[in-house]
Amino acid sequence: MRREGSPWRGVGTVFLKELSDHLTGARMLVLEWLVVLTAIAAVYGSIQVIKDSSAEDPFLFLRLFTQSREPLPSFASLLSFLVPLVAVGLGFDLVNSEHSRRTLSRILSQPIYRDALLFGKFLAGLATIAISLVALWLLVIGLGLLMLGLAPSGEEIARALVMLVVTIFYAGVWLALAMLFSIIFRSAATAALLTLGLWLFLTILWPLLSPIVADAVGAREIASAEDLLGVLSVRQGFARLSPSALFGEVVSVVLDPSVRSTQQPMLAALGLALVERGSIPGAPLPFLQSMLIVWGQIVGLIAATILLFVAGYVVFQRQEVRA
Amino acid sequence: MSDIVIDAQGLTKRYNGTVAVDAVSFSVGRGEIFGLLGPNGAGKTTTILMLLGLTEISAGSARVLGHDPVRDPLAVKRRVGYLPDSVGFYDYLSARDNLRYTARLIGLAEAEREARIADALARVDLAEVAGKSVGTYSRGMKQRLGLAEILMKNVAIAILDEPTSGLDPQATLELLDMIRNLKREGVSVLLSSHLLERVQSVCDRVALFQEGRIALMGSVAELGRQVLGGGFAVEVEAQGQGLADKLAQVPGVTSVETTGPDRVRLLADRDVRPDAAAAVVAAGGRLLRLSVEEPSLEAIYTRYFHDQGARHAA
Repeated sequence: MRREGSPWRGVGTVFLKELSDHLTGARMLVLEWLVVLTAIAAVYGSIQVIKDSSAEDPFLFLRLFTQSREPLPSFASLLSFLVPLVAVGLGFDLVNSEHSRRTLSRILSQPIYRDALLFGKFLAGLATIAISLVALWLLVIGLGLLMLGLAPSGEEIARALVMLVVTIFYAGVWLALAMLFSIIFRSAATAALLTLGLWLFLTILWPLLSPIVADAVGAREIASAEDLLGVLSVRQGFARLSPSALFGEVVSVVLDPSVRSTQQPMLAALGLALVERGSIPGAPLPFLQSMLIVWGQIVGLIAATILLFVAGYVVFQRQEVRA
Repeated sequence: MSDIVIDAQGLTKRYNGTVAVDAVSFSVGRGEIFGLLGPNGAGKTTTILMLLGLTEISAGSARVLGHDPVRDPLAVKRRVGYLPDSVGFYDYLSARDNLRYTARLIGLAEAEREARIADALARVDLAEVAGKSVGTYSRGMKQRLGLAEILMKNVAIAILDEPTSGLDPQATLELLDMIRNLKREGVSVLLSSHLLERVQSVCDRVALFQEGRIALMGSVAELGRQVLGGGFAVEVEAQGQGLADKLAQVPGVTSVETTGPDRVRLLADRDVRPDAAAAVVAAGGRLLRLSVEEPSLEAIYTRYFHDQGARHAA
């Protein structure tokens, strides 16, 4: 049976209200400061390293994002760790707080569909994160300009912009996951604990566990280079179940034009280098070629966001309004 | 458009095998206050949610203002105000901001919005505290704010779920007064409650729910006649000689009982107050007081279910 009326009615109203809640809330303030301070520290560290190095690098500006200085990780790996935290922090009580405040049935008795509430909440969360990430990104670029005294090239800006957009979708995955849990679990504490648990598992434990699982599934003798690459890609396939792995691959390829394959770090760890026939090792790839390498990962992140959102949507539509 | 604003036919709700509402049929007329009464868990709230399109209907059909709440819930929700059981608001926002949010969701034009909000808040006596955050409000104030939301929406039907539960007697009286005001403005009211005697005074007709079914339906007086049988009890306080015998001869009186000095209690099949007064005066007595005991819902309810229980046991 078709229902009448638009599911989009009220999305804008919900979006604006939720956005203003996020932006004025104490929680977002704390999360933002956490990210900004650590990120600035990381970038400051990388600037020191870049200043000290005398090597000629046509993509020096991009090193701002990837260069690390002990004990701090690089800006990019910091983002891969902190962005999920912010997204989970915003998302874990998006829907169940409406239940516990007893506002849900009152809001849904207004002439809007449930769709509008969910869309508005998700978009507002994503917009909040996007606003802070854009601000952070501009801050880093500005710091680079000031302290390195170096103007980025057009290609560097393009690559940095891709990273910004991918980071927003990476946040989307975690936000959608947190929202799904906030729909399933009526208690905000349960939802928060489970999402954080899953986040820790996927970002810290899974990179350690996935090679073991992969080898157990696809164990075979390594006789040739082909076999080795085969084993590596099985391992990679399993590692990619974690969105952090996808994000890491995208960042490593997009921000470093010399990287020609997402397996390069794994080979490097074995003391091997990938040499393609007819290529000059270490020569930078054109922007579009780098994009082609990680296009699948980018689409994967977007698809994961959509899938998790749809799962939450389906559960929410079938849920009873009353507690 | 007809004068029936809510029409439910065989409304049924099943939750994984258990039947919460079992083929309930009733209708509410324009400007009528209709009460859904019964213990908690009898299916009142589920019935309301089905009428609003907030939960699916397993079987049967409903029409609210001519619209089908399953197919066209937005049209229903545009004209119906709903005050849920123990309504909640965003605690960190002021009452006015809470209403602003709802007003935007309803789609009120910006020019109209502020005037409608101010008017609604004034009518529930919240104008002075409208700028305070709702977190500081008492239960009764939140309930009134919920009513203000309905007033602001300018609805044809107001559906109130347990509007008086948890309120002190004073707040209850105020709220019931506001419900009467709604009726005066031509708004039909559907209210649910498990507190029978509180809502008895405002309801034109009631439906008594039990285990998902409507056990009894009608006006309180009708139900009284139907269940208690005796109908009316009239208290007469009068001074004079042999009044009891004279009153016993009044047509319609079935029994006379002397309950105290100068006090007589009549049981009758209709309201015999005018005839009883005439009889006292004709006998040369001094009439001091004449009152009719309305049948109480509580008594009807207890008696009905007692009888039912007895029948089941037999």
